[in-house]
Amino acid sequence: MYSRIVVPVDLAHPDILAKALDTATDLARHYGAALTYVSVTAETPTSVAHNPREFGEKLAEFARARGEADGLTIDAVAYTATDPTIDIDAILLRAAEEARADLVVIASHKPGLAEYFWGSHGGRLAGHATISVFVVR
Amino acid sequence: MSDSNEGEPLPPPEGASDVIETDYEIGQQNITPQIGPFGLDIHNPVFVISGLVVVAFVILTLAFQTQVEPLFTALRGFLTSNFDWFFMIAGNIFVLVCLGILISPLGKVRIGGADATPDYSYAGWFAMLFAAGMGIGLMFFGVLEPVYYFGTPWGDQPLMRDIGVVEGELADPATVEAARRMAMAATIYHWGLHPWAMYAVVALSLALFAYNKGLPLTVRSIFYPIFGERVWGWTGHVIDILAVFATLFGLATSLGFGASQAAAGIGFVFGIEGIGEDVTVAVILIIVITAMALISVLRGLDGGVKRLSELNMILAGILLLFVILVGPTATLVGQFFGNLGAYVTEILALSNPVGRDDDGFRQGWTAFYWAWWISWSPFVGMFIARVSRGRTVREFITCVLLIPTIVSAIWMTTFGGSAIDQVIARVSESAVYGYVIEAYVPELSLFGMLSELPFAAITSTIAIILVVVFFVTSSDSGSLVIDTITAGGKIDAPVVQRVFWVTFEGLVAAALLIGGGLVALQAMAVSTGLPFALVLLLGCVALIKGLMAEPR
Repeated sequence: MYSRIVVPVDLAHPDILAKALDTATDLARHYGAALTYVSVTAETPTSVAHNPREFGEKLAEFARARGEADGLTIDAVAYTATDPTIDIDAILLRAAEEARADLVVIASHKPGLAEYFWGSHGGRLAGHATISVFVVR
Repeated sequence: MSDSNEGEPLPPPEGASDVIETDYEIGQQNITPQIGPFGLDIHNPVFVISGLVVVAFVILTLAFQTQVEPLFTALRGFLTSNFDWFFMIAGNIFVLVCLGILISPLGKVRIGGADATPDYSYAGWFAMLFAAGMGIGLMFFGVLEPVYYFGTPWGDQPLMRDIGVVEGELADPATVEAARRMAMAATIYHWGLHPWAMYAVVALSLALFAYNKGLPLTVRSIFYPIFGERVWGWTGHVIDILAVFATLFGLATSLGFGASQAAAGIGFVFGIEGIGEDVTVAVILIIVITAMALISVLRGLDGGVKRLSELNMILAGILLLFVILVGPTATLVGQFFGNLGAYVTEILALSNPVGRDDDGFRQGWTAFYWAWWISWSPFVGMFIARVSRGRTVREFITCVLLIPTIVSAIWMTTFGGSAIDQVIARVSESAVYGYVIEAYVPELSLFGMLSELPFAAITSTIAIILVVVFFVTSSDSGSLVIDTITAGGKIDAPVVQRVFWVTFEGLVAAALLIGGGLVALQAMAVSTGLPFALVLLLGCVALIKGLMAEPR
């Protein structure tokens, strides 16, 4: 059914990711699909990393550790943005396309809860993507 | 977005850079309050204190407008007449530091690490830094300032040289030519190396300490080499809060110039009397402009701010080219080199801080400009820093210091030179003479000059649009900067915060216009310039220290 699953990852808020990551792993196992973590960082220093390179390394390590725990190979692709607040939705869409994914699994908060980062991104992604989007709440 | 690496997978390692290891984590002092449906992510206490003080300032100014206005006017006078030497020495130091770094081996350092690649093409980059850095000022002072120095009847001409026109009579040809050269040299001096050196010092320091050292993109980071871990405490809070004030008041000063010029221009073009003095018109203009700035920040740095800046440059280029072509083209080209020559020969005399008798010029103009540029420097500097990743220091200084100086000289030669020619040709008959020297109506000086050229209605309309768009590009980039500082260096703070700052800037300007507090505002811009000049001098030391530690 699915051959490549993409999961947007927010390294600054790993706690709210757990359920989406579990879901993605289960789906990947079930369909024998490949799994890719993607993430977007600012070019300026952030709470996660001093620079984009360090961010890329941290994402790769995050994917490797998770893959080892799950017994899967998980790829990681990091993207940079000059204005992440605004541009993140467009970049995630492009990331899914470039990874040739046929399913996106994205964590999202319950509507109404104050969590800005993943707030409406899952919803907007589902609205614009041509592939399937699984919004995990 | 074609020329940015936006959305590209990460480039391979960015090469060596000297990352500063600190235990401070970006955002660790941030609080995330929930206001209504909006979640915020703001720095405590920087956001809280700057927000409250600005609100209090507006309320107090509105409540006591008649009492505070003379107070602020006196404050501005006190600062510029007692600290003119300090501003001027500081200005000279910034130029020397920049030129020193330019020719030294430190120029090889690359912003963002040895192998970083630029995010923006030269055109997009240059458009953004110019639109943010000078914009409205060029529109407001391009005609006003040269003509003013050429024939000021108030005794505040540069270096007390003879002026070209006295009581409606042209002086002898040699004096006229000398006065013209001096007027252009002094104007280019105020819009040339010195202001851009102030911007360059702040921008380069911010870029270096964020992109190479990995510290948060906020003004306090520059001072890490001097204060160490203390920059994360109150030392840093004070620096950041000062930067927010300087940005807000500097922007509001610009808003004031822009609104009055646009309103006056509309009245001039459409022949409506008294519209320039009508506060309602100015407030409506501010609302329109704020709405445009809001759309711009919501579209983001690439989709909004950069595109508007480019549109801005195209419009400004068209207007400039038009004035060059329909004006005395050959004379202007010749004058451009002559004016640059005059600038070079007079710069030492003009920048000498002591032992001069031209108090009116030195204190009223130079010191005011220096204070104003310095109060703008955190905003322009931070914005330039944000879009300059991937450039080498040498490239950076060339593009932020030398090229803008030449562009300013071209602009001033074209607008000021044409205007002075009109004064020489028709003396008191010319519109410019009427607006600058006879009856001082500075906001109409540009339109007066255009009115004597062909297609005045079209060029004046372009000029009004330019004033408005320049205004928008300053307002949107300024809001992004304030948002970043008050979010502790995060550029991915919630959208609602930038909406807050854009709206707030418009509100501050509107409230102060209604309350007649624009004088106060300009005084505040100058007042924040003084402490910031000190801060910047320290910043020079930190910058050189920081650059020396980088691999070259």
